Amino acid sequence: MHPESRFLAHHFDSLEQQHEAATMGMWLFLATEILFFGGMFTAYGVYRSFYPQAFVAASHHLDVTIGTFNTGVLLTSSLTAALAVHAAQAGRRRAVIGFLVATMLLGATFLGVKGFEYHHKFVESLIPGHGFVFPGPHARHAELFFSLYFVMTAFHALHILIGLGVMAYVIVLTRRGQVTPEHHPSVELTGLYWHFVDIIWVFLFPLLYLIR
Amino acid sequence: MKSHYLNEDYSVRSWLLTTDHKRIGILFLLSITLFFILGGAAAVAVRLELLTPEGDLVSAEAYNRLFTAHGVIMVFFFLIPSIPSVLGNFFIPMMIGARDLAFPRLNLLSWYLYMAGGLLGLSAIVGGGIDTGWTFYTPYSSVFANGQVILAATGVFIAGFSSILTGLNFIVTIHTMRAPGLTWFRLPLFVWAHYATSFIQVLGTPVVASVIALVGIERLFGVGLFDPALGGDPLLFQHLFWFYSHPAVYIMILPAMGVISELVTCFSRKRIFGYEFVAYSSIAIAAVGFLVWGHHMFVSGQSMYAGMVFSFLSFLVAIPSAVKTFNWTATLHKGSISFATPMIYTLGFLGLFAIGGLTGLFLACLGVDVHVHDTYFVVAHFHYIMVGGTVMAYLGGIHFWWPKMTGRLYPEFWGRLSAMVIFIGFNLTFFPQFLLGYMGMPRRYYAYPGEFQVLNVMSTAGASILGFGYLMPLCYLLWSLKYGAEAGPNPWKSVGLEWQTESPPVVQNFETTPEVTQEAYAYDAQEAEADAS
Amino acid sequence: MPQGLQLFPQQASTIAKHVDWLYFFLIAVTIFFATLVCVLVTFFMIRYRRGAKVDRSNPVNHSTTLELLWTGIPLVLAMVIFAWGAVLFYAIQTPGQGAMEIYVVGKQWMWKLQHPAGKKEINELHVPLGKRVRLTMTSEDVIHSFYVPAFRIKKDVLPGRYTTLWFEATKLGTFHLFCAEYCGLGHSRMIGRVVVMTPGDYEKWLSGGGNEEPLEVSGERLFQRLACATCHREDSKGRGPSLAGVFGTSVRLKSGASVVADESYIRESILEPQAKLTAGFDPVMPTFTGQLGEEGIIQLIAYIKSLARKPDSSAPPTPPTSH
Repeated sequence: MHPESRFLAHHFDSLEQQHEAATMGMWLFLATEILFFGGMFTAYGVYRSFYPQAFVAASHHLDVTIGTFNTGVLLTSSLTAALAVHAAQAGRRRAVIGFLVATMLLGATFLGVKGFEYHHKFVESLIPGHGFVFPGPHARHAELFFSLYFVMTAFHALHILIGLGVMAYVIVLTRRGQVTPEHHPSVELTGLYWHFVDIIWVFLFPLLYLIR
Repeated sequence: MKSHYLNEDYSVRSWLLTTDHKRIGILFLLSITLFFILGGAAAVAVRLELLTPEGDLVSAEAYNRLFTAHGVIMVFFFLIPSIPSVLGNFFIPMMIGARDLAFPRLNLLSWYLYMAGGLLGLSAIVGGGIDTGWTFYTPYSSVFANGQVILAATGVFIAGFSSILTGLNFIVTIHTMRAPGLTWFRLPLFVWAHYATSFIQVLGTPVVASVIALVGIERLFGVGLFDPALGGDPLLFQHLFWFYSHPAVYIMILPAMGVISELVTCFSRKRIFGYEFVAYSSIAIAAVGFLVWGHHMFVSGQSMYAGMVFSFLSFLVAIPSAVKTFNWTATLHKGSISFATPMIYTLGFLGLFAIGGLTGLFLACLGVDVHVHDTYFVVAHFHYIMVGGTVMAYLGGIHFWWPKMTGRLYPEFWGRLSAMVIFIGFNLTFFPQFLLGYMGMPRRYYAYPGEFQVLNVMSTAGASILGFGYLMPLCYLLWSLKYGAEAGPNPWKSVGLEWQTESPPVVQNFETTPEVTQEAYAYDAQEAEADAS
Repeated sequence: MPQGLQLFPQQASTIAKHVDWLYFFLIAVTIFFATLVCVLVTFFMIRYRRGAKVDRSNPVNHSTTLELLWTGIPLVLAMVIFAWGAVLFYAIQTPGQGAMEIYVVGKQWMWKLQHPAGKKEINELHVPLGKRVRLTMTSEDVIHSFYVPAFRIKKDVLPGRYTTLWFEATKLGTFHLFCAEYCGLGHSRMIGRVVVMTPGDYEKWLSGGGNEEPLEVSGERLFQRLACATCHREDSKGRGPSLAGVFGTSVRLKSGASVVADESYIRESILEPQAKLTAGFDPVMPTFTGQLGEEGIIQLIAYIKSLARKPDSSAPPTPPTSH
């Protein structure tokens, strides 16, 4: 019996078939995710075209420095995630765990900074629906902007949180020896997912913070 | 006694933790039947209220909650999962010679998500009700409605992920797990139809999930995403909602078309006419179906030119359905046609679907839609598609595959009788609604002017026949579980792979992986005739 | 109201008969194809039933000719129906010139209608026979839909913006007015009547009853009371643009774009003055959101419209370029 065949599920004929299925499943899941965010991006696009000035004014209440820092954090985490996959291919189990832990720490940093930003908005009374105060003539439309800001970044943060949970699980799998150079779909697919989460942010950041 | 997927383990645990696609199919069958009964009960109450022009049986508040319950349950918790999650789940792996779906645990998760969503939806309906209609239009749903909108929205949101996972599972399974020799153009059309459906589930459902989530968030936190008071656009919700909910119509009807392709060939002992055209038309419907959502909004205030583009595309999407109908009809030519219950349902489907599809042209047609939009004409049209089409095909499929799923034959006489009762009851219920609609009776009316009464009475009378028709299969199918004759592996002498194994199938579906050497539907009517005589 | 079995609605507008002709054509198409399918199915069912002794040799499973035929014919037919429907839709959507204006405000659960002369009605609309009527509609709360089956017209009534609808009645009598978009508890009670009268009777009806003043007069009073006139001075020397002759013309905006000053633009400029600022002016106007109901806004619009009709308006109105 081939040593890798312990990973073969009963309903597949070969590991290749099993890998192909898993990878394809992940890509389809990401397609679903893109459309999930797509609805919100559409809403953003429509409202931005309706109320460009209000959106510019509201955008000025976001801190570009913090946003840039967070973007850097997330891009770095994508790098460590890619390195984890690379280490898995090379069979360096400890390195896999190390890179995953680094990715998790960076993800957690992102969430922490995001929380700090949310808190700041709370102090500034920029929470929609709860005593929202916005100086200047665009208060109502700015509230739309901040509604979108909170909903989109919160859904994104939720995805990061899920990613952290998944990586914790993959670390356990790796420690149990379920990751080998030939068979490491868990690391590979987690990496794929994490890059996706990263890419969503790469769109969110300019739309919310930069386009002014 | 032979071991098979049903008697292998009787414990409750073995059912609730099963990853066998066949058992999960059965779990779905039981759950959607429950929801069908609940949604049907709401429909009965609605029809009884409409017996008289005055609102006298229930209050307006109760009526609005009833038709919303009917719509939400039937669309999200019955029609969308019906054929894919029961018949697709059970038979796609068997039809392609696989031992299971690609992701058995995701499949089980899909059922749990469905149940969680369904129970949340039910608790919303029982615990105060919702009165937004199944369409959840803003700003009514987000600002003005009272009732359990958040709970219901959460239920629909969660059930949406069940649908996504099912679709994802099907696509991957069909791509990667076909038996040796089973090329794409040897696949049964049932599989093609589900393949097309799955793409809509994977790509459309997340959009409605996010828009429904936005409505829930808007209510929960008071943030204004669709609130006109903040400059929010009430039409934006409609665009996002119909971007999914129109393709969702094809989630409901495409699998039904797949069932009909199986049935019409088996009972006329003929190859399907124009295999490629039937297969490609499924893909065409799924693709173009994504571009026609604006035809729900011709009078909504969207621009006139947008209306014209959506109208044009809506006419295009009608063509592949027409092509399918003609191909099914041509399949009968020179066949050797027998009239078992599934075939009665098939023939009924052909007539009802033709009327449902053709009346769709009235609604795609701008000048006429202005008048009939949001009237009973629309109600009649989509019931001809959803009930006359999908439910007829679903019942036909259930009868066809019942011997395979349970190992028992249902009583043929009662089967035929109930199929005909359903056909008659259906037409009496919904045909008068076309006339009502053109006369101008708006939908979702609790009380109505007196001149509409006669047609409403006819419709309610039809509904009582229809309801009775639906109860019959419920009774005799249950009866057959204990008293039905043993079916044997292939009672219909079908050539499908799913029939080349025991009934009920063994846990692994096949003793050995089958090898496919011929086209789908290799029936020969002449041979069948020779056998018969 | 007549009871008993009725199968067809009355035709009471210029549009109605055109809609009905298209409807009959569609019915003919439906009957033709439904019959075709049913007859063929029945014929095959009987002829090729199991056990019947018929020729089943050389069965056909494929015919590109047939496939092209039954793709092509429905396609051509569908395009004919599309074009016919689109042309008719264009007519339904385009009111043309010289229509009399009526303002409609929908709210849960009633219709409030106002004639240009100031007469107000609830759930009843009196209109003269043979005269084009253009409705400018908005909602105070949720989406409603203004539907008169006998006229074959319908349009959603949205909160926060205007939609329009027109008709020309061709028959005297009383017709149903329905709300066709589900709007909550009282949806099916949000019904009313459209009463079509001879022009003479209509004039009589208009002048009868209370002492309403024309909309534009109420609007002018409101204009003074809200002190709009301190900035929007007629001599073009105020802090805001002069409103004389503005309605219906193209306004150049600060952003460089230009926009037609229609009802929606004026409404937006009252509620969101900074959203589309006229070129050459500072963003100093306060918002009137919350201070004005839909009816007040309508009065102001009527007043501003009346300014455009005055003979001394400086620039000749440019026709609207887009909508």
